[in-house]
Amino acid sequence: MMLPAHHILPLTHLRRLRMLTEKGRVLVRSGQTVEATDVIAEAPVPGQHLLLDVRRALGVQRVSDAERLIERRVGEQVEKGDILAQTRGLFSRLLRAPTSGRIVAIYKGQILLEVVSQPHRLLAGLPGRVAEVFPERGAIIETHGALIQGAWGNQQSNNGVLTVLAETPDAPLKPEALDLTLRGSVIVGGVCHQPEALKMAAEIPVRGIILGSVSAPLLPLVASLNLPVILLEGVGHIPINHLAFQLLTTNQKREAYLQAFWNPRLSEKPEIVIPLPAAGKAPEEAVEITVGQTVRLVLPPYAGSIGKVIQPHSSWLQRSGQRLPAAEIELENAQRVTVPLFNLEIIA
Amino acid sequence: MSSSIIEAESVLAVDIGSVFTRALLFDVVEERYRMIAATQVSTTVGAPFFDISESIFQTLTRLEEITGRRLMEEAHLLLPTQEDGSGVDRFVLTFSAGQPLRVVAMGLLEEVSLASARKVLESTYCQIVEQISLNDRRKPEAQIDAILRARPDLILIAGGTDQGATRSIAKIVDLLTLALQLMTAESRPEVLYAGNSAITKQVCDRLEPYVRPRTVPNLRPDIDRENLMPAQEVLSEIVYLRRSHQIGGLQSYSTISAITPQPSLRAFGRMVQFLEKITNPPLGVLGIDLGSATTGIAMARSGTLTTQAIPIGSGFGLAAALEQSPLESITRWLPMHVPNEAVRDYLWHRTLYPTAVPTSLEYQAIEQAMLRQILAQVANRVAPDEGLYGFEPILVSGYALTQAASPAQSLLMLLDGLQPIGVTTFILDPYGLLTALGAIAPLNPTLVVQVLESNALVNLGTVIAPLSSVRYGTPILKVRYELESGETSSVEVRQGTLVPLPIPNGQRARLHLQPLRPLRLTPTGKDTARSFKVTGGLLGAVIDARGRPITLPTDSARRRDLLKRWIATLGG
Repeated sequence: MMLPAHHILPLTHLRRLRMLTEKGRVLVRSGQTVEATDVIAEAPVPGQHLLLDVRRALGVQRVSDAERLIERRVGEQVEKGDILAQTRGLFSRLLRAPTSGRIVAIYKGQILLEVVSQPHRLLAGLPGRVAEVFPERGAIIETHGALIQGAWGNQQSNNGVLTVLAETPDAPLKPEALDLTLRGSVIVGGVCHQPEALKMAAEIPVRGIILGSVSAPLLPLVASLNLPVILLEGVGHIPINHLAFQLLTTNQKREAYLQAFWNPRLSEKPEIVIPLPAAGKAPEEAVEITVGQTVRLVLPPYAGSIGKVIQPHSSWLQRSGQRLPAAEIELENAQRVTVPLFNLEIIA
Repeated sequence: MSSSIIEAESVLAVDIGSVFTRALLFDVVEERYRMIAATQVSTTVGAPFFDISESIFQTLTRLEEITGRRLMEEAHLLLPTQEDGSGVDRFVLTFSAGQPLRVVAMGLLEEVSLASARKVLESTYCQIVEQISLNDRRKPEAQIDAILRARPDLILIAGGTDQGATRSIAKIVDLLTLALQLMTAESRPEVLYAGNSAITKQVCDRLEPYVRPRTVPNLRPDIDRENLMPAQEVLSEIVYLRRSHQIGGLQSYSTISAITPQPSLRAFGRMVQFLEKITNPPLGVLGIDLGSATTGIAMARSGTLTTQAIPIGSGFGLAAALEQSPLESITRWLPMHVPNEAVRDYLWHRTLYPTAVPTSLEYQAIEQAMLRQILAQVANRVAPDEGLYGFEPILVSGYALTQAASPAQSLLMLLDGLQPIGVTTFILDPYGLLTALGAIAPLNPTLVVQVLESNALVNLGTVIAPLSSVRYGTPILKVRYELESGETSSVEVRQGTLVPLPIPNGQRARLHLQPLRPLRLTPTGKDTARSFKVTGGLLGAVIDARGRPITLPTDSARRRDLLKRWIATLGG
């Protein structure tokens, strides 16, 4: 049976697709080197609009009359005070642009002015090379380095120097461990149950937070922080699994790139990438379960545990009475447990 | 395959759910249609496959293993049946996986046209992301900005009776026309016009430079009459159209499907309506499909079908369900002590792993407590005022409810969550049969009838839930039941208890209810039959005299003891 892979890799060749949701302009070319903050594509985003009623402003009755009096065209840029429409004669009435903007539509004697428009900018998110360009849409960025996937992210991204504050995988992140020297860092804590610690980290500000887990009441706060937060295991008091913890510890003081994007419906996981000056090979995304593989268990009471597959079973009667495909796993403490395959991820 | 049945054909039905892809194979056995085999595998809509072809391939492989019949050639489904008996004659596809459709509802009055629009949109997998009505106090440009920001898949316009408002509708359409001009051609949404029919042509004329609007008869031809069905039909097509762009492989499988792939809830609803027709009006039939992302409700009464897709469920929809549930409403159903923080953390952790399954009895109990709360929300939608009454039977689908460790657990979750009043039979659909049959029904009604007659659904049992205001422990009812064999038994029922009647599965029995105290079998107290026939289910029949709403002891230890006693009473 094929299972999705969960990546905790000291060195890999990473290819990540960056795509606009709407058609736009790609600003990079294939083979180009990019930094994480480089804009690789942009697309127009509708800004705020102003609807100007020419009939009312000029005191005319008919739509056709109003449209005849409009002096500007769709697509034109106008400055504040520019005349948009006017009546003829000695005592002519004027309609001036109340602000600078672009005329985006003229419809039934009304002018629609777009007054603020910031294009949507798509960032590379990772330092690397443009492997492939999709015209009007985006590109694939590739890089080499360590990759750690998580369980939840707050849909933000940033990068900073990796600083592991947790001495053990279950060490709580506490406010007293945080100070201004951490400004610009991506910090790693074990678990977090104190909102004060998260608030203080945001105030410093750090560039990102990596945790094993937080207690459920902290989820809204974590979701609202204006910096990326990645939970490697989930919710509760779940320490960081030892493979990820070891990898984070050995990469201290390196630059870490956090992409805390998470969409369970598409199996999209948040990722930590630590670029390294060595070449890795591309990871497998789905793996057939076999004896000896390293797996991660996702649900309590074994959430966050790492183990080895001893024996897969196509059908196994659970204590709950259900019969499901499962695998016997030997945990790191030598305990053997049989868990449904639905509760396993293969580390690859 | 027998040649004695005209149009005899084998049919493969596949349903793509958020978590599971199910496949059911039907064919003729001894001159009657039967479900030959059923299987389910994990859906492959997301990473790493991003294509349903993989999960369909896996289900076909499993079906080949189960039946010994070759269904594929070079990894492709063999259509139609070959001379050597391999392959199938027809293939049908339903789906519930994918993101809900983002919809902007535009109408005249919040409580009238927009209320009808909401009903239509709730009938399938939609999320209303913006509403615009005449009562909207925002400036027109702010409304335009709101439409653009919403990035809708669909804009539904309703409003005006057929002899009513035209200028107000025109105003809304003008606003939309402006918004459409600001969108790129590829990002423009579908537009469905379901307002005043008298101006349909003018509306289309205005919109057609930008989109090809779909039109249906007015949702509200008169102020006091609704006509939702035509809009629901078109909405199903739009849901398919949009999802076929989101879900890899859906489009290619549509080319071999004997029907346009349709939302699972629509097919499920069709079967609920069919069963209502052939059973016993004036009672209605209720179908509940508690899925991972969505809970589908299909309710048929007096020939009218109402469906609702509530975005709460046991997996992907768990976070939404939790947001709407006070923790105490979940923990009250736990038969063992688990600290509140542990329950809360576990359930929120579970939202991150929607496909995982609990392995210990404690976590299983937490999930079942949560399911009770989801069912309570369903009951509140179906009967917000007087309690759930007047459905015979209640059909239950969805992995979480149908695959519980025992029938007793399934029934108790349903009783505790829904708290029905009066006489109701609970039927489980463990294979997703109703959805499959609903999709097949337009092609082969004979198959549907014959498979339904083949006992592929599971009768849990008939439940009689009387209402009485007497004190706990007071005898309220004497029940006498006669089996077909002539054997007779009777039992006294006390207020606050669950009493199983050991009627063997599949056997008919006549029940005689003799009230010992004033009691009601309907919310209003209108008299109903006190002597009627039932068919024994897996749990026989059950008298649920625990009152409505069920009141649990405030003392935690007593409450847990009572919960344990109830499950033990039904057989554990």
